[in-house]
Amino acid sequence: MIELTELLSADSVGLVIPQTLHFDDALPLDCGRTLASYDLVYETYGELNAAGSNAVLICHALSGDHHAAGYHNAEDRKPGWWDSCIGPGKPFDTRHFFVVSVNNLGGCKGSTGPTTINPTTGQPYGPDFPIVTVKDWVRSQVRLADRLGVAQWAAVIGGSLGGMQVLQWSIDYPARIRHALVIAAAPKLSAQNIAFNEVARQAIMSDPDFHEGHYYAHDMIPRRGLMLARMLGHITYLSDDLMRAKFGRELREGKLNFGFDVEFQVESYLRYQGRAFVERFDANTYLLMTKALDYFDPASDYNHDLSAALQRVTASFLVVAFTGDWRFAPARSREIVRALLDGDKDVSYAEIEANEGHDAFLMPIPRYMEVLDAYMRRVAAEVGL
Amino acid sequence: MTALTTHPSTQVALRPDLDIISEWITPGSRVLDLGCGDGTLLAHLWDTRQVSGYGLEIDSVNIAKCIRAGVNVIQTDLDAGLSDFDEASFDYVVMTQTLQAVYYPARLLDEMLRVGREGIVTFPNFGHWRCRMHVALRGRMPVSRTLPEEWYNTPNIHLCTLRDFEALCAKKGIRILQRTVVDYAHHSNFAMSLLPNLLGEIALYRFQRIK
Repeated sequence: MIELTELLSADSVGLVIPQTLHFDDALPLDCGRTLASYDLVYETYGELNAAGSNAVLICHALSGDHHAAGYHNAEDRKPGWWDSCIGPGKPFDTRHFFVVSVNNLGGCKGSTGPTTINPTTGQPYGPDFPIVTVKDWVRSQVRLADRLGVAQWAAVIGGSLGGMQVLQWSIDYPARIRHALVIAAAPKLSAQNIAFNEVARQAIMSDPDFHEGHYYAHDMIPRRGLMLARMLGHITYLSDDLMRAKFGRELREGKLNFGFDVEFQVESYLRYQGRAFVERFDANTYLLMTKALDYFDPASDYNHDLSAALQRVTASFLVVAFTGDWRFAPARSREIVRALLDGDKDVSYAEIEANEGHDAFLMPIPRYMEVLDAYMRRVAAEVGL
Repeated sequence: MTALTTHPSTQVALRPDLDIISEWITPGSRVLDLGCGDGTLLAHLWDTRQVSGYGLEIDSVNIAKCIRAGVNVIQTDLDAGLSDFDEASFDYVVMTQTLQAVYYPARLLDEMLRVGREGIVTFPNFGHWRCRMHVALRGRMPVSRTLPEEWYNTPNIHLCTLRDFEALCAKKGIRILQRTVVDYAHHSNFAMSLLPNLLGEIALYRFQRIK
């Protein structure tokens, strides 16, 4: 249970209540199928001003959701996933900005996804939920913006897969986004990235409890598969340096037991992370999210020329990468920067010294916070806040 | 590219060498500033000469300062070259007080004139009489107002005199368009213009490739 003082602390958004919007206008998807109707669950922090000019959209990464800041109730042990950045006096300052965070389609936290009942069958969608893409997500977020009365986002912001949504926004809806904050992202996945995703998917799909994705009907969860997928993912989110610093070769019992049970601390950590993840995440959603990552390649619509893809972009960009991130290394962010420079676009690029690996984008690293804060002040000044 | 209107950093007085440089720059042109520091020059050029462009900077403390000043800044190591930029994509490539601190100054000069139409550099003149006295009379490496560090901890690893620089330009087929020397306070006088390599503490050059 959190302390009441923390809940009420000056830089927290405090208690938040997720909201849901239902959409009846069919959403055409990249895969050729259509979602006849769907729900989007989202949270907002701060107030939309009369001009509707102070709204910023937060896009979440693979295992994220709409709960980006604050607490749902006093029993919550942790705040939302980006609480370090969202709140009064924080870089995404809720005293100035109206911050919107949405759970993407295909998710498992309230927006329509595999765990939702399919109205045509009366059963959960399960593996029949269409494979959604980053473009589909952006298309659905545009409709959310319409309903919220946001004609143009002051900024669209995201890390990792979230950063990819930001990039897609700037390409597909240039007039509706003033600033793009693309953090720890890449313009497309490398073969190595896809390979990791494929191992994660195979871990899930080869679990006997997976039942071709229909595990809900069997009242089962592919625990072992999802746990393995998360353990693998976690290795790629951390850096070698951080793992060495955090665990080294430390033994749980101080000695080798010559067995296959947990011996090293790092094993214990990964198993814990894997088990905890199974309790809060859906395996079909995990499969969908990894596919959205694999498919993301905005340049492919422009003859595989990223500069051409970004030619119509009018947003100003802040691109941020972290030195210890090997999943989406700084060189991948530099590809985005280079393409923006080719088109003489407004872009700043910060390469933050950090050994926290890919997960660094979630951490309150002082230099990183400083850069985000400086940039958001510029955004605020520009929209007259 | 949109130029922003407010630049807090320009509220303080501009370094006089930056003032000289901005006089050399045609309004409305595209500028790339190598080692742009806290973005003072670019912010000033945006305000007074409506230039557009980018600053390149390696120091992370300066990155946030540039962003705050509304300057487009790319965090990068100049020794890695300017490969992110296309040929002739800028009117001017400026480098103030940085040439002497890079590993490959000659290569960087080539790069400046590859991506820019003209180059502008400033550097501390190692031929200044005080530097010469240090070596000649004391037999020690110069420590001066423009070169305050000891030989073992200085970032200035490629020091040169005006003559050295001009010899390199001649060798590389670079034409010098304008030259000014100033003292530590960035003032100039008649004597300095007569004996620049002896009396100038800081050298400023504008140059282009001989076609």
